[in-house]
Amino acid sequence: MNIMTEKTLEQAVSSQMSAQTNEVIKMRGDKVTVHYGEKQALFDVNLDIRQNQVTALIGPSGCGKSTFLRCLNRMNDTIDSAKVGGKITLDSEDIYDPKIDVVELRARVGMVFQKPNPFPKSIYENVAYGPRIHGLAKNKAEMDRIVESSLQKAAIWNEVKDRLGEPGTGLSGGQQQRLCIARAIAVSPEVILMDEPCSALDPIATAKVEELIDELRQNYTIVIVTHSMQQAARVSQRTAMFHLGYLVEEGATDKMFTNPDDKRTQDYITGRFG
Amino acid sequence: MTDVTMDTVATATPPARRDIGLKRRYAAERRFRLYGVLAILVGLAFLVVMLLSILTKGYTSFWQTTVSLPITFDEKVIDPDNKRATDPNVLITANYPALAQKALAEKLGIDAKNKPMMTRLKGFLSDGSRVQLRDVVVSDPAVIGTTRNVDILVAANLDSAFKGQIDLSVPEDRRKVSDQQVEWMNKLKAEGAMAERFNTGLFTFGASSRPETSGLGVAIIGSFYMMVIVLLLALPIGVAASIYLEEFAKKSRFTDLIEVNINNLAAVPSIVFGLLGLAVFVNFLGMPRSASFVGGLVLTLMTLPTIIIATRAALAAVPPSIRSAALGLGASKMQMVFQHILPLAAPGILTGTIIGLARALGETAPLLLIGMVAFVANYPATPFDPATALPVQIYMWANEAERAFVERMSGAIIILLVFLMAMNITAIVLRRRFERRW
Repeated sequence: MNIMTEKTLEQAVSSQMSAQTNEVIKMRGDKVTVHYGEKQALFDVNLDIRQNQVTALIGPSGCGKSTFLRCLNRMNDTIDSAKVGGKITLDSEDIYDPKIDVVELRARVGMVFQKPNPFPKSIYENVAYGPRIHGLAKNKAEMDRIVESSLQKAAIWNEVKDRLGEPGTGLSGGQQQRLCIARAIAVSPEVILMDEPCSALDPIATAKVEELIDELRQNYTIVIVTHSMQQAARVSQRTAMFHLGYLVEEGATDKMFTNPDDKRTQDYITGRFG
Repeated sequence: MTDVTMDTVATATPPARRDIGLKRRYAAERRFRLYGVLAILVGLAFLVVMLLSILTKGYTSFWQTTVSLPITFDEKVIDPDNKRATDPNVLITANYPALAQKALAEKLGIDAKNKPMMTRLKGFLSDGSRVQLRDVVVSDPAVIGTTRNVDILVAANLDSAFKGQIDLSVPEDRRKVSDQQVEWMNKLKAEGAMAERFNTGLFTFGASSRPETSGLGVAIIGSFYMMVIVLLLALPIGVAASIYLEEFAKKSRFTDLIEVNINNLAAVPSIVFGLLGLAVFVNFLGMPRSASFVGGLVLTLMTLPTIIIATRAALAAVPPSIRSAALGLGASKMQMVFQHILPLAAPGILTGTIIGLARALGETAPLLLIGMVAFVANYPATPFDPATALPVQIYMWANEAERAFVERMSGAIIILLVFLMAMNITAIVLRRRFERRW
């Protein structure tokens, strides 16, 4: 166990260093367009997602930030009327290429939803489900290990370790959301997409999840959609501002919040619209 | 500073009340509630009247009058030529009613040589005594030559008279039991030989032209076969079709058309399904008439839309967040459906299925058309043998003129209602127990 954590720590440190010194583009959107039936929801979005960084997508409601997020693991495929154009790459591979299997993609790009949505099963089963369907654990002991480490990484282990058999739906909202994060982590994704993960949580639970996001950054690449400017400022390194389906501006979070190039960003951040 | 502001604050005086129609609104609400209560009361009243009428007419059918007689299994009557060792038919065709008659004559102290009296005695016992005594002898041939007490069924008219359902004050020639029979009846009753016993025959006998020996045995077995067939066919087909339509099929004009048609099918009168069954299964495919298998197929067709609609509703009621959660983890669509959606929809599917089955159990019209309205005396050994069904048996008994059949009909209705209630209660209990909340 000690060796494991040391190793992951080393990895984390090295990846963080490489992230600081030499930023790696994990995912890239190239002229991404999305139509829902007749209606166009996204117009030529070019956006890079950097490895081991938190990228925040901000913008007023209906601006297309969630739509863009859902393109990154092809969750839009589940909507019959949705049509995605342009190119999105993960490690330089086009994820909309017919050769790419969507199930495998979603194992690499995990997702945490706006409303905590644990399965109505036990806490253990919630976390073990992903590894089980992907065959990540050879035996019970290995599965137990995956479940424990995932719950630990999601900072909820201490709260639930004595009641892993109880239904996940019986937890509080904040705990449920951290359980969902643990569930997403359990399949060892490379990227975690978070769609307003704190909008259904109280401030204390929000603080815990934000803290968690900051820790997760060491091992994962995170894209987060948020309505809270403070949250974007607190947790992200890069911020992308969407408006009416267009990407208005993208850059380092510090710069975006202090000295944005675009007036709309300025107005939105200062609360003049949105 | 604060004191000063406190002083300058004046207490608000209530403004003139506006008329915002509160009285009218509350009156409307009270009226609406009253209508609701009235509607429920009217419905309940009808229900109570119906149930009371069925129960009061039918409860007596669960008891049947019998006479306990010491039957002497006389070898001379049963097997005069002593051939039973070589010819088993002898025991089956023997003149058993004569034994019962003799025993009754002895009990009443009537001389066997008194021919006119013996003739009048004939209509007292049921001809069912033939079957009753035959069963005793066939199951235990050693009984021949001994005497044993057997509860012999009395004729239907005497059963009615014994239960007080025949007005004995009307003149003798205008009622179905004679004064002589009434006299014997009272004598036997006083001796304690004639009494009402629980009517097991109602559940075990097949069809018969005599009310006292007719029962629901064949109908219950026929209905059971059909329910099993409907369950085995309609549930998997219905659930599979619903899953495909709800989860896999792309929404298109074609699926819309299918959906409209399924809803229409659910509303098609059942007699049309009966005609379809007659044309396709019996005439075209040459399946046997009156068979519960064909009945099961027809009822399957009839139940399918109900199950599909209930299943689709149950599937659609599973929150989309569960779907997203499963897909987001990289579950395939199949895994999502079978590992998450279906278990959550199962209570709804079960409820829909049971309600569909209950409807099928009470269905009569289509079964009439495929010939299940038949006189079937023997138990159907397989679903391919002729059989009837519970509601059909009720229909057939309702067509009989005799009073005792009407009583049996009411009894059969009670039994059918009990089955239906049991199924519906099961559905409710299942739904309550397995319902999940998110």
